[in-house]
Amino acid sequence: MLNKKVKNRIVVFFGLAFLFIIVTVSSILALKDNILYFLSPTEVRESSNIVFNKKMRIGGMVKKGSIYNDRNEIKFIITDLKNEIMVSYKGTVPNLFSEGKGVIAEGSLKDKKFFVAKRILAKHDENYMPPDLKNVIKDVK
Amino acid sequence: MLKILSPSHVFGLLKKSGKVIQIIILPLIFISLVFALIISPQDYIQGDSVRIMYVHVPSAWIALGCFSLIGLLSVSNFLFKLKNSFLIYKSLAPIGLVFSFVAIATGAIWGKPTWGTWWAWDARLTSMLILTLFYLLFISSYKFIRNQEVSSRVCAGISVLGLINVFLIKYSVEWWSTLHQPASIKLNGTTTIHPSMLLPLYLMLLVFFLYCALIFLMKYRTEIIRMKKKGIKRL
Repeated sequence: MLNKKVKNRIVVFFGLAFLFIIVTVSSILALKDNILYFLSPTEVRESSNIVFNKKMRIGGMVKKGSIYNDRNEIKFIITDLKNEIMVSYKGTVPNLFSEGKGVIAEGSLKDKKFFVAKRILAKHDENYMPPDLKNVIKDVK
Repeated sequence: MLKILSPSHVFGLLKKSGKVIQIIILPLIFISLVFALIISPQDYIQGDSVRIMYVHVPSAWIALGCFSLIGLLSVSNFLFKLKNSFLIYKSLAPIGLVFSFVAIATGAIWGKPTWGTWWAWDARLTSMLILTLFYLLFISSYKFIRNQEVSSRVCAGISVLGLINVFLIKYSVEWWSTLHQPASIKLNGTTTIHPSMLLPLYLMLLVFFLYCALIFLMKYRTEIIRMKKKGIKRL
């Protein structure tokens, strides 16, 4: 089965596959910042090349007890449990938007601690369970 | 061993196994739909929209699994010139294409009420779209390239790139921040779906799998008949 022709093809194949993988990995590394869909507050804080007033996305958890509803504005804090960013938003929020849940805000940074959102997306986690079970877990805690 | 798997040998078996699947698939669809739509509970935050999962997840898995299979087949076809494996990947590729469309469409329908958007250019969704494009490339490269030798080479090239992309889809939610949540079902580690929702999910997966097998058997038979009609000696 392994005659010379097959061996040649195997060499060619693995050479090509290796080349493809190298190309993919390097292009991914080059696009690293663009592949990230959003930045966490810590990444915003540590990043040195952030452009203010330019469209970007930040994401994290809505801090418990931080949602403040005005007549035409909603304010809340996005946290990744290390750093926080204050977000202000005018408009309706998705159904799944609530305290302690994941959220992604699209808009622009005014400064490193204040973000004006144009759009709010809710990010849900990988846990799925019936509602009554959730209450049971809460009681135990 | 490969002789046994040759089309002339399996031809009779294809029809029989297709019949068996036809008999069991209808009651199974009924049972799984009852589980998925009625018996399984609502999610604690998503409510009823969690039921889209029972279509979305199986079709995404089938789209990925199908590409892995046709990728490996066309690579081994390129390396060892297995004469009839192109009949198999010809029969599998359209199934995978359809289910990658289904996964993207159901994902969009699910995304609107939960995330608040139909589409986002995050790593998982984009790489899934690229998979669909790879399916299209793969199918058109065996449809439009008449020369068998050339088309099997092109298919092998496309499938290597596609297999790298399959790998990226799998790990996209772990390596980068995405709107799409991380995997709930892990091979090693705990599954974060409650058993009352996991059972309908697995049932639906079985149904989808059987449906694909049925379509595959029918298509494979057609391809074999088409080959025989051409009077090609290799059968």
